[in-house]
Amino acid sequence: MVVYVLLMICCWIFSEIPMNWFDDGESMEQKAGFFGSRQKIWFRLWERLSRSGWKIYHCYQYIGPRNVRQTWWRKVLVAWVLVSIFGSMSVFWYMNSHTTEKRKETLASMCDERARMLQDQFNVSMNHLQALAILVSTFHHGKNPSAIDQMTFARYTERTAFERPLTSGVAYAVKVLHAQRAQFEKQQGWTIKRMDTHEPSPIHEEYAPVIFAQDTISHVVSLDMLSGKEDCDNVLRARASGTGVLTAPFRLLKSNRLGVILTFAVYKSELPANATPDERIQATDGYLGGVFDIESLVEKLLHQLASKQTIIVNVYDITNSSDPISMYGSSAADNSTCHVSSLSFGDPFKKHEMRCRFKHKPPLPWLEIVSSFGILVIASLIGYIFHATMSRIEKVEEDFLEMMELKKRAEAADVAKSQFLATVSHEIRTPMNGVLGMLQMLMDTDLDITQQDYVRTAQDSGKALVSLINEVLDQAKIESGKLVLEAVRFKPRAILDDVLSLFSGKSQDKGIELAVYISDRVPEFVIGDPGRFRQIITNLMGNSIKFTEKGHIFVTVHLVEEVMGSIEVETEASSANTLNTLSGFPVADKRRSWESFKAFNQESPMFPQTFSSTSSEFIDVIVSVEDTGVGIPRESQSLIFTPFMQVGPSISRTHGGTGIGLSISKCLVGLMNGEIGFVSEPQIGSTFTFTAVFTNDRTNSMEYKSRQPQQINGLSESPLSEFQGMTALVVDPRPVRAKVTKYYLQRLGMSVEMANDLNQAFSSIAGGLGIINVVLVDNEAWSKDTDLASCFSNKLRKDGGSDSPKLFLLANSISSTKINAATSHVYFPTVIMKPLRASMLAASLQRAMGVGNKGNGRNGTVPLLSLHNLLHGKQILVVDDNVVNLRVAAGALKKYGAQVASADSGKKAITMLKPPHDFDACFMDIQMPEMDGFEATRRIRDMEHDVNSRIRHGEVSLEAYRNVAHWHTPILAMTADVIQATHEECTKCGMDGYVSKPFEGEQLYREVTRFFKSTASKSQ
Amino acid sequence: MLGLGADRLRADMNRLLALLFHQGVLDEQFLQLQQLQDETSPNFVSEVVSIYFRESEKLLRNLRALLLERESSDYKKMGIHLNQFMGSSSSIGAKRVRNVCVAFRAASEQNNRAGCLRSLELLEHEYCYLKNKLHELFHIEQQRVMASGVRYPMLD
Repeated sequence: MVVYVLLMICCWIFSEIPMNWFDDGESMEQKAGFFGSRQKIWFRLWERLSRSGWKIYHCYQYIGPRNVRQTWWRKVLVAWVLVSIFGSMSVFWYMNSHTTEKRKETLASMCDERARMLQDQFNVSMNHLQALAILVSTFHHGKNPSAIDQMTFARYTERTAFERPLTSGVAYAVKVLHAQRAQFEKQQGWTIKRMDTHEPSPIHEEYAPVIFAQDTISHVVSLDMLSGKEDCDNVLRARASGTGVLTAPFRLLKSNRLGVILTFAVYKSELPANATPDERIQATDGYLGGVFDIESLVEKLLHQLASKQTIIVNVYDITNSSDPISMYGSSAADNSTCHVSSLSFGDPFKKHEMRCRFKHKPPLPWLEIVSSFGILVIASLIGYIFHATMSRIEKVEEDFLEMMELKKRAEAADVAKSQFLATVSHEIRTPMNGVLGMLQMLMDTDLDITQQDYVRTAQDSGKALVSLINEVLDQAKIESGKLVLEAVRFKPRAILDDVLSLFSGKSQDKGIELAVYISDRVPEFVIGDPGRFRQIITNLMGNSIKFTEKGHIFVTVHLVEEVMGSIEVETEASSANTLNTLSGFPVADKRRSWESFKAFNQESPMFPQTFSSTSSEFIDVIVSVEDTGVGIPRESQSLIFTPFMQVGPSISRTHGGTGIGLSISKCLVGLMNGEIGFVSEPQIGSTFTFTAVFTNDRTNSMEYKSRQPQQINGLSESPLSEFQGMTALVVDPRPVRAKVTKYYLQRLGMSVEMANDLNQAFSSIAGGLGIINVVLVDNEAWSKDTDLASCFSNKLRKDGGSDSPKLFLLANSISSTKINAATSHVYFPTVIMKPLRASMLAASLQRAMGVGNKGNGRNGTVPLLSLHNLLHGKQILVVDDNVVNLRVAAGALKKYGAQVASADSGKKAITMLKPPHDFDACFMDIQMPEMDGFEATRRIRDMEHDVNSRIRHGEVSLEAYRNVAHWHTPILAMTADVIQATHEECTKCGMDGYVSKPFEGEQLYREVTRFFKSTASKSQ
Repeated sequence: MLGLGADRLRADMNRLLALLFHQGVLDEQFLQLQQLQDETSPNFVSEVVSIYFRESEKLLRNLRALLLERESSDYKKMGIHLNQFMGSSSSIGAKRVRNVCVAFRAASEQNNRAGCLRSLELLEHEYCYLKNKLHELFHIEQQRVMASGVRYPMLD
């Protein structure tokens, strides 16, 4: 932008300046206008400026290719340089001519001044001469005898010489006719002489001998003026014209200087102004002549004037114009600067002129040179600026293009990097799976301990490598924004169970207590990305496990609104009992970890409404992972979410990992519209908390209530439903841990009672609020007082007999139990290893209870009991080609007290079910090789139909068919695949129902009741 | 001391079972199977499992033969075998084997020979693993029964 402005200004200057320089008038006009209507000018100026700016911009836009633009501005630059050179030269010329003119004027004025003064002085002298002439006429010719003689004349003229400063001498000659010559010569006492030879003059018609002369020229007395050529001409002209007449300059006789003679005629009488020349000649008496020394005259004059040094003056007689006669001054050939002034000395026949010129040549015009040079310099500077600007623009443009190119390449490289990452990680993962699988297989072969160790190490390294690759891939994906979360229906509880099972081994090895608690208000199903949710929790728990050596790790899942509601309550509770934690170790206050969360900070009176809306559509889940590890040093806490940043360089060596996990977690949490925060106290522990927003699963919430028991266990449901209605007593001194245990038991459908220690447990069992089926004692409560414990277990066994509550010990690690086992010689209850998980707990309970179930109907759940009742003593045929399935199904049915017969093909089944037979029911596999279940059933039904019709028609006796009038053996399809065997297909071929394979208690019960009832009603 | 040994063995068994559950090798069906065992059929589980092994080995052999010997493999027959394998596996609760069977069946339905071969290999691997682990389990079980045999009268 700056460059554009500069360019605009430059352009404007280019267009404006020459105009100012070469057109003074216009600029003056403009200046006047500028003061007159300033605003208008400003407006015009702006318009012009902007227009030129736009022009340049447009040029810029239009002139696309770079080279074209380059030549364009180079041309402009050359033109500009030429123009500026021309401009400076013309400025120089203009100023120089100005100076010369001025010099000429000075010369002219000086010359004219000198000419005028010369003329004036000459005129003054002339007037005096005329006055002298009149004096002579008056006193010489007017008086008789003459009052003037040579002496008088000489003395007079001598004394009045100051009046004629220019004349060197005056003389008077009289007109003498030849007739009077003798008389004249006698009277004067000398003869008339010739001027040139000084010899007596030859005979002429008339003579003009000098009679009077000033002393300076007394040698001319008696000389005939008419004998000299110049003088004769002069005399003749003077008497004819009656005015002063000048001779051409000549060398004076004595002084040898240049001079002229001025001659006046003296007449006898007063002549009229218009007298003819003849009359004048007749009236002539004599001639007065004055010698003018021109050279000295001019010199004297010049001396009087200033600056006589600077100019040279020449005076010429130019009567003969082709050959001017120099009267004064050296004749210099130099005719360069010369001013000519004409002089008039009163003689119309003679022309004179004065030529002046400067003595010195004109000095070099420094000012002009400097100023024009300055202009040139400024112009070239502007040109240079223009050039620099354009080059800069060009360079920047080139750089820009280069950058674009580089950027493209960088982007390409980035894409290539991502592709490379994706490809490579994929390519690495594939063979790694092979490696891991093979290692797994290798582990199963016969290896010694060292080999096993090697293989295990290799496998661990391989797994670490795969997880690292996955992490790097994730980070790359997140960075490029390509990670998109899924939205599928999933069970958060199942996810937590999975994660827990992942870490249970590690936590057991380390002896850390690991527990998960999920609030009841968290729905069973939510919609979100289970994989990423799991990844975050795994990450956090992984970190916790890594850095925790003792104590516990406790994961809690709540709804945000729940936590917010409980804030006030908890503050009171925690102040009362500071060590109310899972393992009794102090922990960092987890409430501080979410202090900065926005969701909590917008606490305003309106938040109930927001929650009412969130609960309907979105579910804000808050998950805390609390550990009692080493904690994070305070100086590192701010860096904790930076990728590849670990607390110290030694961390990665001791604990492994890349430090990328938390950064990924943060990104993932962000993608889930949640926030992540933590609080950490060195040597006490850290608590990481994050929130995530999931979508509520509406379909689920509809049936939530009706299917609650199955929903709650969060696993494959049916086998656990047998715990429905049981009561458990949990003995645990720590309320938090007891709460966790209670949570799991409730998930199994049990109702739970709590006791702080064994004594309290005694009393609650004795108090007999209900029948307690299971007693779960925490290891801590158990080992606190071994005597009491043994007493307790004995009492339980004695009291109840076979009905006695089953006793379980909740232990943290094997080692602790083993120690226990070694020290206590009492009856050792079944140990359930922590961490508790629904499936594990269920399995343990089932194993323990399953033994207890035999012959003890009361302990079974309702469906189990009823199944037992229903099937007890029944004859059942199981048909399956699969021996294993056959055995299992038979075993399952036998369990319920049924008598089971097996058939391994459809054909065999048909023969066995041929009436009369003893079977009460048949379970038929659908998929069998030779004859599938549908076909077999169809044939059996045909057979039965045949028999029934025959009985009805009395073709056969009823007794032969055991008094059964209507044969219809209930046939239930068994299928591994519910989809394949739709209900319609089953009923179409005459089946009564289907059960899934392997048997599920509830479904079996449902189907069996249905058909046994129906057969019962039919047979009645 | 023998009684304590039994308890330890029981704990070991639990751990092994827990491990197998964690790994997803077994599912709840196996527990059900265990429940079916009582005095009337004290070796029910091991019986069923040994039948399962016998059958499975036969099936695996057949499958391998089908896949390898003939160029144009009989995918239909393979499907039947796999169904059987799947059925028996789900009966004893061999979850992972069953899952591999499902994938195998999908591959065979698409007549994808390469996929089938891969699945077969995986299936054999999973089967081997399961077999080893179950053998280990029964071994411990046997020891436990022997160890706790002394205690039985005391209990009742």
